[in-house]
This record gives sequence, structure tokens and C-alpha cells, in this order.
Amino acid sequence: MSQAMLTVKQAGPLALIQDTGRFGVGHLGVTQGGAADWISFRWANWLLGNAPDSAALEIVMGGNLTLVANDEVRLALTGADLGATVDGQPLATNTSFLLRSGQTLIFSQPRRGLRAYLAFPGGLNAPEVLGSRACTAREQIGGLHEDGKPLQTGDQLTWQGSSSAKRTLPEGAQPTMPEKHCQLSMVLGSQASHFAGRSLYNAFNQAWTVDNRADRMGVRLTGKPLRSSLGGIVSEGIPLGAVQIPPDGQPIILMNDRQTIGGYPRLGALTPMACALLAQCLPGTEVRLAAISASQAQVAYRQQIQAWQ
Amino acid sequence: MKLRLETAAMDVLTVRLFDTIDESNMAWIIAADQALRDALGEALIDLIPSYTTLLVHYDCLRLTFVQATTLIRSALRHLTPAESQNGQLHEIPVWYDESVGPELGGVAKRAGLSVDALIERHCNHDYCVFALGFAPGYGFMGLVDEDIATPRLKTPRRKVAAGSVGIADRQTAIYPLLSPGGWNILGRTAVPLFEYAKRGEPLLRPGDKVRFKAISKKEFEAAGGDTTPMEERS
Repeated sequence: MSQAMLTVKQAGPLALIQDTGRFGVGHLGVTQGGAADWISFRWANWLLGNAPDSAALEIVMGGNLTLVANDEVRLALTGADLGATVDGQPLATNTSFLLRSGQTLIFSQPRRGLRAYLAFPGGLNAPEVLGSRACTAREQIGGLHEDGKPLQTGDQLTWQGSSSAKRTLPEGAQPTMPEKHCQLSMVLGSQASHFAGRSLYNAFNQAWTVDNRADRMGVRLTGKPLRSSLGGIVSEGIPLGAVQIPPDGQPIILMNDRQTIGGYPRLGALTPMACALLAQCLPGTEVRLAAISASQAQVAYRQQIQAWQ
Repeated sequence: MKLRLETAAMDVLTVRLFDTIDESNMAWIIAADQALRDALGEALIDLIPSYTTLLVHYDCLRLTFVQATTLIRSALRHLTPAESQNGQLHEIPVWYDESVGPELGGVAKRAGLSVDALIERHCNHDYCVFALGFAPGYGFMGLVDEDIATPRLKTPRRKVAAGSVGIADRQTAIYPLLSPGGWNILGRTAVPLFEYAKRGEPLLRPGDKVRFKAISKKEFEAAGGDTTPMEERS
């Protein structure tokens, strides 16, 4: 019998192989990458009993991504509701399900959230480059063909395990998908003191709109502009979630595929939990920033990690 | 050198050593890089040195915020600059030509130099590699002669060919792979900078030195260089 696989009958606009990301290589100029909504990604692997960093699919928007199975396989789906169906029947998110030989799985369009995660038994097979299978188009790194490209029509997906656990999500564990509004926690950075009082007030006391200039590198917010006394700064390392303020005063939140160093002043950085939430915000979503201390954020982070132990 | 420790994110701190770019910073940055790697060990997730700072991403499941700041401060308390001879010197052959270096004429004219004199100025300094960033293996180098310093292009190119050698203000760099970019491109090298697909290591590291050497088209081709002209800006 041939190897169990899923064939990509039709590639949507953006389905990427991702894991937790590429770490320990930032000093080489290599971006972090990895699942943008890492919480939904971890739940998808958890549902199948996979190792937490097993490679899965990050499906953005859907766009009629069509996958066909040649054998029975248990998969897990979390994150956004992209109107997924199996042979035309609606599929619930935050569960695992059996896809039988010959069945067709289609992701149509976002109904709630932006990115869905599809996990496979033992994780997807893909070559490991610099310690990760994460796929970054701009750096031509990772993915099925090591060129950073998203899934293409005709690609064949295979996985590492032959069987998987059949878990259900604990009560209350469903990652929240933002609807029209959401709140994003941010740790204030040291450069915040260079922002005018009025700008600091505006940063936290207005609803920012998620712009359509949003991708895995960065998400632009629009609203009343913020001004700092710093013009450009000497380029320095940029953390995940950095709230960067370019000269037009409109913040750019730097996400997983950000450049490793840059020279715009920063107000602070979203927590990793807030980054996961922002990764699910469709353009037009209104977001508010809320300050949190680094120590408080770490407590929340440790609680989140404990959910999987 | 005055050490400041700044909050950058939940589990990320910026170690700030200097306020302005200077080649003499690098001996301190390199020393701090090594001291932090040694002190943090397994708790270190990423460490990104740059011109004046080091970004420290630590594992907050192993260290609290307070533990991390204490550890970093004590690791850097008795810092002494690294030996400057530690970095490698790389000689990079470059084919300087208008077809692959479309700003060659413009930069020369702006500096009031002939093209040959510009090439000579670009080649007569051993540049310091300050940081890797922007793209994998992309080394920010400097400082170029003040007379030939040129601001970035007003409109960046959509596609800058791999191997392109450019300058922006007093910095110079080589594009490791095809990417967008706004630097003034003077020529092209055939030297590969980071072949990660072949499981290679980046050629340049912070603290290294780079000396450019002008070569002919024939030599560039013999080294396997791609002579396809730079795509027009759109």
C-alpha cells in the first residue's frame, strides 16, 4: 500500500507549514517564524498527543484550500473558523476528526478569526533547516521544498506518526477568537519615556483599527498618531510583538516573520498571548492596548504553558 | 561604555552599552555577547548583538524577570573588551559595473569623483561587521569614507539581486539573497554569504572585517558570478 498522504487539490492563498519557530539563530539575521497564533497551534498538537513543536499547517483565510486523503487519518483543527467542510459537511473547530480515504477537506472563508491550524499524527514531514520546519517566504527558508513557499497545488503532505491520541479540549480551554473588539496586553519598553504625554495617553485611550496592511511580518494599526522625541534610533534587535512607531505615528506590531533588527522607536511589546490574539484579528477589528508589567505577563504566560502539562 | 539594562518585552531585555555607532564599540559588544552566552546557558533563547546594544531573549520558564536582570548585570560587571584580532578578515571580490551596480555613476557624481576613484575609496578600508540582520547573513558594515556616504534611494527597489554590494549613508553591505532594498548598488560579488539550504554557515559574523577588491567581468564570470543586469526600478 502506498504511503498515507493528503494531496493538495487546490492551494488557497496562504497555507504554511509552521512549528514553534526558529530559535537561537536571530544573531545570524534569521527571523523567528513559527505559528502566529501559537496557542491554537499548541492545542492542535495537544489534541493528537503530539510533541508541542510538531509541524502543522497554518491556514490563512481559507480561500478554498482543498485537501484529499488517500487513507484514513485523524487530524485536529483549531484556531479560526474558516468554514471548513468534509465532503460538504461542516466541520467543528477545536476537535480532532477522522478524515477517511477519498474524502475532501475544504477551507472556504473566515467566519471568525483569520488563521486555522491543522495538526497531523506526529507532525508533518518537512526538512528541518536551522533547527525548524517553519516556513518564511521572504527568507526563502523552510516549508516542503525548502524555498519558503506556501502550499502549492499538487503538493503531497505526509506525517511522522502512524497513530494519534483522541483527546478533547478541557472545559474553558477554547482559545478566544476576536470579533469586533479586543484588548491587547503590552509591556512598556524603556523608550516609552521619549513619547509625549499626549501620545502616551492616546496610546492607551483610543480604539486602534487593524489595517489591511497586515501579514506575518507586521500588523499596522491606525488611529490618532503617536509622537516621540526620538527620530530614528541606531538599529537594534527587535523582540516579538514590538510596537514600533514610524515617522507617520501609526504603530506597526512586529510579528513572527519580522526583521531581526530595526531602527524605529518602540513604545513596548505585546505579550506573546496578545500576539496570538492579534494574529486572529481581521482588518477592521478595533483593538485597545493595556499596559502590563513584564513580571505579571510572565505569570500569565506560565499559566498558559501549564494548560498543556 | 555605560551599561544600561532596558525592558524590551515580557521575556526580552536590551543591554545598551553605547549611544552612537563606532568601530571601537565592537570589542565590547563581542565580549558582552560571549559573557551573556556563558552566564545564561540553557536559559538563553536568542541573543542579537547590534551596533550599540544586545537583545537578550531569555526563557521565562527558567528565569523570572528579576533573576534574569540580576544574572545579566553580574555577567557584565567586570567586562573587558575582546581582542580586536579575534574577528576574521574576508576579502570579497566585487565586479563594479553600471549593469549590476546601477548607482555607481550617481554616487560617484554626487561625491565629485570619477567612477574609478569611487571604487578605490570603497575598496581602501577594512570594514567592520557591526551586526547581521535584515536578511539571513546580511552584514551591516562600516564605516565608509564620509566623502562617498550616500542616503538610501527615495523609492526602494522591489528586487535587488543576490550578491549586490551597496552603500547607505556611511554603511555598506552585501545582499545575500534576492530581496527588496533601498541601498545604492555599486556592484556584485559571486561569493555566497549564507547557503542555509546546503546547511552552510553565514560567511560574516559581527566583529569580522571585510575588504572589497575590484575584479573584471571575466574574473567575476570565472568565479561563477551572474551577470544578469539589475532589474529596472518600477
